[in-house]
Amino acid sequence: MKILVCVSNVPDTTTKVTFTENNTQFNTAGVQFIINPYDELSLTRGLELTEKLGGTVTTITVGLADTEASIRKALAIGATDAVRINAVPTDAYFVAEQIAAYAKAENFDLIFTGRESIDYNGGQVCGLLAEMLGLPSVNVITSIEVDGSTATMERDIDGGKEKLSANLPLVVSAQKELTEPRIPNMRGIMAARTKPLKVVEPTASELTSAAVGFELPAPKGSVKLISVEEAGSLISILHNEAKII
Amino acid sequence: MNILVFAEQIDGSFKKSAFEAVSYASQIAQAHSGSVTAVVPGNVADDKLAELAKFGANKIVSIKHDNLNGFNAETYAKVICNTATAEGSSIVVISNTYSGKSVAPRVAARLKAGIASGVISMPNTTSGFVVRRSVFSGKAFADVNLTTAVKVLAITPNTFNTLENAQATNIANAEAGLADADFTTKSVEINRLTGKIPLTEAEIVISGGRGLKGPENWHLVEDLANALGAATACSKPVSDMHWRPHSEHVGQTGITIKPNLYIAIGISGAIQHLAGVSSSKVIVAINKDAEAPFFKAADYGIVGDAFEIMPKIIEAAKAFKVN
Repeated sequence: MKILVCVSNVPDTTTKVTFTENNTQFNTAGVQFIINPYDELSLTRGLELTEKLGGTVTTITVGLADTEASIRKALAIGATDAVRINAVPTDAYFVAEQIAAYAKAENFDLIFTGRESIDYNGGQVCGLLAEMLGLPSVNVITSIEVDGSTATMERDIDGGKEKLSANLPLVVSAQKELTEPRIPNMRGIMAARTKPLKVVEPTASELTSAAVGFELPAPKGSVKLISVEEAGSLISILHNEAKII
Repeated sequence: MNILVFAEQIDGSFKKSAFEAVSYASQIAQAHSGSVTAVVPGNVADDKLAELAKFGANKIVSIKHDNLNGFNAETYAKVICNTATAEGSSIVVISNTYSGKSVAPRVAARLKAGIASGVISMPNTTSGFVVRRSVFSGKAFADVNLTTAVKVLAITPNTFNTLENAQATNIANAEAGLADADFTTKSVEINRLTGKIPLTEAEIVISGGRGLKGPENWHLVEDLANALGAATACSKPVSDMHWRPHSEHVGQTGITIKPNLYIAIGISGAIQHLAGVSSSKVIVAINKDAEAPFFKAADYGIVGDAFEIMPKIIEAAKAFKVN
């Protein structure tokens, strides 16, 4: 079985978000970058499936050379090899086009993306990529098993869960419960240094969107404290003052 | 200009998110002398379809097909795109529910359209076509300019009002044009929580953290939620320790919510948690640590022991409900 895992390089979840260049660029100064947490789940689930069924797990990242620390970490966790498309990931459409261009000739059985990247939260690459490749897609999956050429999955739906089945090849996006992320061990870290990391130049692509500016939410006013003795008055305050209940 | 809205039906009727999407499209239409077409895959009775006209749909395209009764990303994308082409739509509006998130990018790729998801503003067309969306899980906003001829807007549920703007009911039936082979994914079973309010739709959310000391104390969260008709949620450590299901985890790597009222009990307010809840209109933090970061993000706070505080609030909430 041949699996492709899309890996996005994102700011660590503890990052205090700020912008530069008159609020048009994300300020990367002092920011630690990590593998997008949902992509880490995809990678781990991909490895679990190939350990059981045989096969390879390739990661693919659209990004410049500064993303290679995250890519090496993915290799240390256990990916067989990695591909980096040498371009700035301007928007999800561009990223999906680049991954589709690479994946077209490779005949992957299963392609994982994350539910969303924790920076731009688009959640679009799964559907875009599937449509570009003419494949079925199932998003926000919380489980996946593969038997022969059939995958059975559970996905989140509004207010519940759905069980589905689909034939491979297939594109899916990982939701939190999919599995527990793996931590690379020393052997994995050593092996990662010599695993293949192929750098591919991007294909031509037309711009579909551009972020023209960013803004931080207005800071909250100071908190109004209620004493423990008066805790019950919260309800009348929410009703009469905040007018929210 | 025609604006196409995907109005999702569940078991033959519409949820609020579908009316929000039609209202949103209708407002764009009014500002640009356009018209609104709603497309509904699946079998829906005419009187239900007519509800979309009430919120501003000039035309309702009903695509009746037994296999379209349940959501299916690939075939839904096909019928939405066929309708967009037939109607000459230049904007497609989709509510960013789980189904919306699944189908919107497929629609964008088929129509070669720029897409913005998690949209929280009306489009600004003074210079280009700019919409505001929430990024960094609520830590910031981005203004995105869509530069393609056709645009897909996946709007955040619970953000835009449903506005009545009754139009004459005009229902047109269209052929799905699908073969059995087009249904590549098969739904095996659907389980929806009954009697519980889905977290993403809830107007009030009561949430518990590690400060509650264990799952056996969750009645403090649930009793208040029941009294106020609220949904329940939890912090990441709580779901990681399996005190509560993952589906209740709100925060940067969980669900992002924006209810009218968010009450956090025994949650310190780490930056990742705040990212997922900071768009709530009113935030109440209850924590024994006066230095907890949540008090900087909250409108109201109570510093003290949750086990002493909660019974008082629950009692007051029950009394409030009776009155």
